[in-house]
Amino acid sequence: MDKEIRREIILDNYQNPINRGLVDDDSYILKNTNNESCIDNIDMMMKIENDIVKNIVFDGEACAICTSATSVLIKTLIGKNIKEVENIIRNYQNMINEKPYDKDLLGQLNVYDEIYMQPNRKTCALLPSNAVINIIKEYNEK
Amino acid sequence: MNRDDFMILKNNLIYFDNGATTLKPKCVIDKMVDYYTNYTSNIHRGDYSNAIITNKEYDQVRTLVKNFIHAEKEEEIVYTSGATESLNMIAFGFFKEILGKDDEILISKAEHASNVLPWLVLEKEGHGKVKYIDLDENHELVVENVKKAITSKTKVISIAHISNVIGDIRDIEAIGKICAESNIYFVVDASQSVSHIEVNVLKSNVSFLAFSAHKMLGPTGVGILYGKEELLNQMKPLKYGGGMNQSFEIDGNYILKEIPIKFEAGTPPIAEVIGLGEAIRYIEKIGVSKIHEHEYELKKYLISKLEKIPNIILYNKNSKSGIISFNIKDVFPQDTSIYLNTYNIAIRAGNHCAKILKDELNIKNTCRISLHLYNTKEEIDVLIDALEKSEDIFKVVI
Repeated sequence: MDKEIRREIILDNYQNPINRGLVDDDSYILKNTNNESCIDNIDMMMKIENDIVKNIVFDGEACAICTSATSVLIKTLIGKNIKEVENIIRNYQNMINEKPYDKDLLGQLNVYDEIYMQPNRKTCALLPSNAVINIIKEYNEK
Repeated sequence: MNRDDFMILKNNLIYFDNGATTLKPKCVIDKMVDYYTNYTSNIHRGDYSNAIITNKEYDQVRTLVKNFIHAEKEEEIVYTSGATESLNMIAFGFFKEILGKDDEILISKAEHASNVLPWLVLEKEGHGKVKYIDLDENHELVVENVKKAITSKTKVISIAHISNVIGDIRDIEAIGKICAESNIYFVVDASQSVSHIEVNVLKSNVSFLAFSAHKMLGPTGVGILYGKEELLNQMKPLKYGGGMNQSFEIDGNYILKEIPIKFEAGTPPIAEVIGLGEAIRYIEKIGVSKIHEHEYELKKYLISKLEKIPNIILYNKNSKSGIISFNIKDVFPQDTSIYLNTYNIAIRAGNHCAKILKDELNIKNTCRISLHLYNTKEEIDVLIDALEKSEDIFKVVI
């Protein structure tokens, strides 16, 4: 991907992230995710109905990579079913961790395909995906 | 100053993260390598030549530390793994035994986690109540507010000598005097002050003092707990094992050694203790007041430059140590530190373990520059140049 386009997408999602701000609604599942080593700290809330992700919101303090990745991830996941979400998350995490992954599944998330070159930012990029995993886990246990 | 003593600086590194850990001069590293290379042996148990050298090198550090912090006796100096362990020993080995449910523990919101959490745990366990001394409008801890916070129930005041985000130098001499008059124990976390300003436990009537070697040009893994003799005699060890016992029998009876050895179970970090001694020699050769003068001069220079950059927010321009906390407007501190790393400048981004300070600053995370003797105006100029160009920060960090 062209470096300039990649940067533009990340910067746009950092400066104008989608669905920032939590909601007061019990039908959402809330998970906090943070990592002391990189000081990012975000809350993510997801509404799932009949295994379909209806909406995701988030809030918190985080760096450009973490905030933008949260925004892009939210855009990617809304409307997907749980199985698709799990598949996307698995492939996204594989991409960040330099393991084999299916590029075609990830859409705009592909802008993070070179994050592995900055090892201290991998955690930033992974943070929102960990929140999604924990939310899905809670949903499946219900 | 003394830049040639720090080999790591030869790689054009600009190191501004001294509040986290300092660089080590060659003499400290050499001293430890010498132990490992030429006379490795355990302490206090051997009768052979190398063991005798080790004992001598190891034991004399206690005298160096005693003189360095102006304590009265070697017995009052306990080797620990660092300030965190020292503060935990103070809380759980001493105060747990004497604090009742309603006794008050006074700290501030600007304290490091290691001087907050042990007290919160004590409170939860029913030993004392944690109260906070108000900080002033500059987020500094002033004597007037200490006086205001004291009640008839105050049993202990525990504060940093220099706070690690705001960098205010607390007047521990005045606070120690108040403690003496009111019969209050006085605990001082000197982690950010030793090697930067003079620490005098006697003059400041300090009951207990804690610091780490690695924040004062020494090695990691070793620190000091100072306690007045009669208090250490009352204090319980938290670790039991070899070296600290006189005898133990099958009937369950045991006798512990005297202070300070009764707190030093197991083989200690011998090379590191010896390295700490060398760091003290090195600092004393230069003079702590000279180091402070140099750092404060640099801080004033840095502040004067930072104030001219419009998008910089400063949080502690008044404090008198070499610690500067700031943010670039609308930039997350981690992005700033990643950006500065491209200039080979090492700073720290985060809450700096002072997690309740956010209630005071109304912001969770900052960038922190913390200076030491080897920093220079030229390095500050490089930093300023980088910050002036930071409009393009996202072109660099993304």
